[in-house]
This record gives sequence, C-alpha cells and structure tokens, in this order.
Amino acid sequence: MRPADYTILIVDDDSDYLFQLQARVEKFGFKTITAEGQKEAEELIEKTKPDLAILDLMMENEDSGFILCYKMKKKYPGLPIIIATGVAAETGISFDINDENNRKWIKADCFLDKGIRSERLKEEIDKLLLKNNS
Amino acid sequence: MSTLKILVVDDEPGIRSGVSRILRNFRVDYPFMDEAFDFEVLEAATGEIGIEIVEALKPDILLLDNKLPGIQGIEVLEYIKKRQLNIIVVMITSYASLELAVKATSDGAYDFIPKPFTPQELKSSIENITKRVFLKKMTNKLQDTGKQIRFTFLSVLSHELKAPLSAVEGYLKMIRERQMGNKIEDYDVMIDRSLDRIKGMRHLILDLLDLTRVESGKAKRTITEVDLTGLARTAMDTMRPYAIQREVSLNLHSNEPILIPGDAEEIEIVFNNLISNAIKYNNDGGSVDVSIVPNGNCIEISVVDTGIGMSPSDIDKIFDDFVRIKSDKTKHIAGSGLGLSIVKKLIDNYGGRIEVSSIPDQGSTFVIRIPTDNKPCS
Repeated sequence: MRPADYTILIVDDDSDYLFQLQARVEKFGFKTITAEGQKEAEELIEKTKPDLAILDLMMENEDSGFILCYKMKKKYPGLPIIIATGVAAETGISFDINDENNRKWIKADCFLDKGIRSERLKEEIDKLLLKNNS
Repeated sequence: MSTLKILVVDDEPGIRSGVSRILRNFRVDYPFMDEAFDFEVLEAATGEIGIEIVEALKPDILLLDNKLPGIQGIEVLEYIKKRQLNIIVVMITSYASLELAVKATSDGAYDFIPKPFTPQELKSSIENITKRVFLKKMTNKLQDTGKQIRFTFLSVLSHELKAPLSAVEGYLKMIRERQMGNKIEDYDVMIDRSLDRIKGMRHLILDLLDLTRVESGKAKRTITEVDLTGLARTAMDTMRPYAIQREVSLNLHSNEPILIPGDAEEIEIVFNNLISNAIKYNNDGGSVDVSIVPNGNCIEISVVDTGIGMSPSDIDKIFDDFVRIKSDKTKHIAGSGLGLSIVKKLIDNYGGRIEVSSIPDQGSTFVIRIPTDNKPCS
C-alpha cells in the first residue's frame, strides 16, 4: 500500500503543535484527520477508523492521552498508537513508560518525545504500519 | 471522633484501673480542633510487656512508671527514643528525683505526673497532650498537601511554559526547511502564530510575577486609603483601546470616590483581571458594566459582561491555577489560566469573597464583597 492509503489520526490540544505535526505527517504522504482533545477524538473514532493514531498526553487532564489510548485500543484492538509527550524528560513526572506494569494498562505501542526529528517519526510510523499489515 | 490509644505501664493494678476509669468517658474537644478525641486505655504491668504492646499496637500516649519489677521505666523510654517511635511519654512517679527528671526529659519525656494523682491532674495532662497530638497531625497533613500542591503547580507550569516554546520552535523549523515553498508570504500565518504564542508567554510570565507577589507574603504591601472608583476608572482607561477594537462598550456606574484601606497595586490587579476577562470573553458589540456600591459593612464590586458565559461545572474550576475553559469559543482567546486564581487569592487577603453567576451565551457576573471593618460580609 502507498502512504496515501493510510489515514493517521492526530490528537493534540495545542492547535499549533497539531498544525505542525499534521504538516509533517502529510509531507510523508499520509492522509490525516485531527482532533483538538480527548472528547473530540472519542467522537471522531465513533465514525472513522484510522490506521494509526498519534496522541498528545496532557490535554483536558494530565493523563488524557492514556485514557484515550485505552479507549481506542478497546474499540480497535489492532490500531497502532503513538503517544507523543513533552512531559517525562524535564518535569520529572514520575512515569516510567518502559515499565512493564504501566505498559500493560496503557497499551500504547510507542512513546515519542514531541521534539522528535521527522525522519525518526517516519521510521516509527512505517514500522508500526508494517507490523500491523504483516 | 478519633480515639487515641493510651498505654499505662505500672506494676500497681490500682493505678492501671484508676487511669482506665478516669479516662473511660473523658473527651477532649476544642473549638479550634475540627475533631473530638476520646481514649482507649491499654495496660501493662511490666516494662517488657509495655514494649511488646508499643510494638504491636503503636499507642499515641504512654503513661510510664519508673519503678518497675523488671526493666525500669527509663529504659522503656530509651527504647522508644532509639526506635524513633512517635509516642508522647508521660512519667508517673512517686519519688521523682531531679536526676531522674533530667534524664527522662533528655530522653524525650513530655510531662511528669506525681503519684498519687487526682483525676483532675491526669485529665489536664492528657488534655494538653491531646492538643499537641492534634497540632502535630495537622502540621504533617498540611506539609504533605503543601508539597503536593507545589509539585503539581510546577509540573503544570513547566508544561505551560514549554508549549509555546515548542510551537515557536516548530514553526521556525518549518520555515527553515522551506516547507511551504519559497514565497515568504506563505509563511505569514506561521509568523503570526509564533508572535501570538510569544505574547501569550509574556502574559504568563507577568501573571506569574503577580502570583509570586501575592503568595510570597505581605512584606511589600503598602496599605493606604485607596479609591476603588478611581482604580476601576484607570483600569478601564488602560483597557479601552482593546475594547474599542472589539466594539465592546465599557461603563462605570460609580462617580464618587469609595475609599477602603488597601494596597493600590493589588486592587489594580483585581480590576485589570476582571475587566480584561469581561472584554476578552465578550461578543463583538457587547458591553461591560462595572459598579461599586457600599452595602452594609461591605463594598460590593460587580463586573457584568454580555459574553459567552460558562456552565455551572466550569464555574467550579475557574479559580484554580492554570484552569482555562476549553471550547470552540475560547479556542482563539489567549490566557495564562492564572488571572482568576490571583484575583481570588488577593480578595482572600482582604477577608472578602468573590461570587460568579453565569448563563452560557448570555454573559457572566462577578461580584466581589470586601468588608471595611474586618467583620464578615452579611
């Protein structure tokens, strides 16, 4: 399949970051749909099933991304989900995303820092889409 | 009702049962404590049994005789000190020598009750200790919640400060990579957005300075007679260009000076925040009405707008730090989420209250009542 056959859902409550990430992902050739928060995203996935989702962590609440991820995996178990966060590194919020127990309930496929370079982001998306199709 | 556990270690059965009897229906209750205490008395005939009970049941208070058949009372005290147990120890002793008293005090004994004691002597000692236990509990609790609040504040703050930086950084990278081609005008939106985010960040920093000023104490407060009407007028004049731009009319319904003792800078912050919110969250062509009226022992300040309003669940949150109501209507309105929390803290300092009523799509009314005589507003 070509990139244009995939739809990627991007959720972030910062409209600027949303715009920028959308531009990057579209540059890779993917189709995108966007939501500006957990609630909007929940409504959106009622109607549309994306092929991959990239979620911000802190939106309405500081763990909105986790809750959204949990709900999406429940609705679409095979949907690959990336959680993009700017939190962990600098604020010292004690959340070990590599911890087995945390992974078990959050169920995100991968965590990326928001400042990630485009090439790395592309690699991660390709890897998850490929894994999902094999 | 909380129950404190008291352990009596004494080899005389009469003393043990006496303490049990005296404290069975005793309660300690003070207006400043929001809970009352009663007591459960545990008994031990020797120091050895006493230590076992200390370990197993963690009493709050220990009444300790020194002269015991096995190990001495002072050794039990040393044990408690070594284990750093959080128990208040009172020595009950018939022939307390000065030497013993000094030793016991340095090992952490809190009080002495001479033997024999009257029920009243025992009760008043227990009463004092209970107050101490209560205050200690409260201090621990306050320190814990204080730390928690500080931590949450800092983590949200760093998120709020980083978000605009990342946004601007993102746009700069897109511009450097010429993502929209080579025409400079295709980048206008990104440049405008970047400038907006920088402006928002500047506001956040200014609000933080206000907040620090409010929270870091009263050392710098200058209390004089301030004229509320005059300060409201100044605030409205400062905001008028912004109101004109939004076609919002600003009306002040007071002419007479209204004087209260206060810090002019603080009152200015209050007016600035309320009036700028009333313009910001208004509809084009709307209005903002400010009135200041004496009412009984209080001054009543109201700021009424014809703006987008809020739901009752939103109202519950708006005075918390960094809270912003998120909706399609507020999406393009910038704000730090600190303004109203600052206002609330300032008004608290004046013994005043702030109340909000609001109807979505019709407008909000903020009413502040400040007492002029240190009595609560009626």
